[in-house]
Amino acid sequence: MKQVFSKKNQALLSELVRTDFKLRYQGSVLGYIWSLLRPLLLFTILYLVFIKFLKVNYGVPHSAVYLLVGIVLWSFFLEMTAGCVTSIVGRGDLIRKIYIPRWLVVISSSLSAVISLLLNIIVIAVFMILNHVAVSVSILWFPLIVLEMYIFGIGIAFFLSASFVKYRDMSYIWEVICQALFYLTPLLYPVARLHWPIVREILFSSPLSQTVQAARYAIVTHNTYTISQAFPSFWPRLIPFVITIVVFIIGVSYFRKKSRTFAEDI
Amino acid sequence: MSEDVVIRVEEVSKIFRLPHEKHNSLKSAVVNFYRGQKGYDLQKALENVSFEVKKGEFFGIVGRNGSGKSTLLKLLAGIYSPTVGTINISGSLTPFIELGVGFNQELTGRENVFLNGALLGFNRKEMSKMYKDIVDFAEIERFMDQKLKNYSSGMQVRLAFSIAIRARSDILLLDEVLAVGDAEFQQKCYNYFEELKEQNKTVVLVTHDMGAMKRFCTKAIYIDDGKVTAQGDPLDIADAYMAENIEAGQRAANKIDKSLVTEYKITSKIVEQTDNNVLLKISYSSKTKEKLYVGISVMKDGVSIAEISTPPDMALMGDGDIFYPLDTTVLNGGVYQIDAALLKLKNKGLLDFTRVKARFVVKGNDPTKGAAIKLDNTWRLKEGV
Repeated sequence: MKQVFSKKNQALLSELVRTDFKLRYQGSVLGYIWSLLRPLLLFTILYLVFIKFLKVNYGVPHSAVYLLVGIVLWSFFLEMTAGCVTSIVGRGDLIRKIYIPRWLVVISSSLSAVISLLLNIIVIAVFMILNHVAVSVSILWFPLIVLEMYIFGIGIAFFLSASFVKYRDMSYIWEVICQALFYLTPLLYPVARLHWPIVREILFSSPLSQTVQAARYAIVTHNTYTISQAFPSFWPRLIPFVITIVVFIIGVSYFRKKSRTFAEDI
Repeated sequence: MSEDVVIRVEEVSKIFRLPHEKHNSLKSAVVNFYRGQKGYDLQKALENVSFEVKKGEFFGIVGRNGSGKSTLLKLLAGIYSPTVGTINISGSLTPFIELGVGFNQELTGRENVFLNGALLGFNRKEMSKMYKDIVDFAEIERFMDQKLKNYSSGMQVRLAFSIAIRARSDILLLDEVLAVGDAEFQQKCYNYFEELKEQNKTVVLVTHDMGAMKRFCTKAIYIDDGKVTAQGDPLDIADAYMAENIEAGQRAANKIDKSLVTEYKITSKIVEQTDNNVLLKISYSSKTKEKLYVGISVMKDGVSIAEISTPPDMALMGDGDIFYPLDTTVLNGGVYQIDAALLKLKNKGLLDFTRVKARFVVKGNDPTKGAAIKLDNTWRLKEGV
């Protein structure tokens, strides 16, 4: 553990993240402004389509912010996992010619997603102020909810990046799975619309639904349908947390096992 | 591990799995699984390699291309892990498999300095302190805020080298870094090696430049076909290497592709060797009617020690052979090589050049092996001839 946070690794991590960020909007006129402008414009489209035209009614106050929180968290998950799939192969040059801890490459890639999330949270904050959302003390839960999502995402990212070295199919497979997960998460539709309890139970077994709804509860409105409503008894409520931990452990141990031969397999 | 041994390699083997096709897909994995095929070949890159490097040693690893020496270096660097055996390293270690690893063409020179510095384990604060020295040494101050893609390759190499020499690890691994750049740059490299030697750094150098190895290394191993075949004094290793190369060169020479004959062609070969004489046969061919001119130089460790060319009154034209008996009594023991060139008579322009095929060994156990020319024992105590 001491080695994990050594001065050398910290310096390397910060340089890798810095480089990623610098390169992202390289050559564009607006540069860093895009990192705020992009989510803002994407959200505007969703807002117009779902709130204004389709008139999706979540049955909660501040629908716009409610929608936005879901979209921001989903983008975070997507950017972290899809972005990390190619991280090891993408840094193949480094891995084949110099020794750097392999996990550092995945973490640095995931931190880029964290930076995007932090910028998006600024956008959320602006919308909360414009919509006069009353902030309650439960907002303190938000960092923990994000942490849970990060642990789930990084577990997947470790697994994907390691398997992508051998099987380049993984990026396509993951793209399809993400499409399914997108609809398995109540982002664009209200949970209350789902009539059968079993569907709600399946939905809330996913750490994604659980975290998205929890985040909406924490920062937008206590009117949100959360896991405690989906599972009236206590023990089933642990399912998404257990899944998160299990995915993380599997991802990390698979990565550790495979990372020994990355340099020769890439 | 005893105190002064910093690298200990024990019975290390490395076996690579080479996939039959470069198809990284699930489909091929599934198909191969059902067919009961492995989908890969096993290739033994290193077999049962053991050696020790002591603190302060300048350790050479030599071998021909594909002998496994770079694999060994990557194992030492921790990039590969051994299939069998153990590698123990005490102290920090920095590998230089290539100059400028991690350089990003889209970033400016300045940004690349910091990124590359981080790979060597320096944080921004430490790099800021060294920044001026690095830029001064690379002599590219005006370009630092330009993107790396606008640099010439020479400038990139200078910048990379300038950062690399800041590494403060206990052990440095160097792989053919010498091979790139112009003469001036090579000189810079050599100076750096001298410095490392003076500082008593532990250095592992992978090379096939025998001159550099003889000059710097205090100990060396020779790797052939994945096995350590000789170990010890660099001078002995260098001779073993050269002798081995001659054999390989001669084997290759027998397989020259006849279709490669172009307008001008020169080949050379040793046809006879006695104790004090080497007979060199040079064959030339030209499809033009120009007068030709043949020049040879005797090389040792990549340096010309004697040169001679055909006189202007010796008219060579078309196809033909020409012989030169070389007196070897003036030479010390070692491995020599003849470079032969076909030239235009008037302006000395080079038409064709050959070097691989004509090599010979002068036997001898002279303690001053490094020098090429033998001097007579004509010491005297008074002035005057």
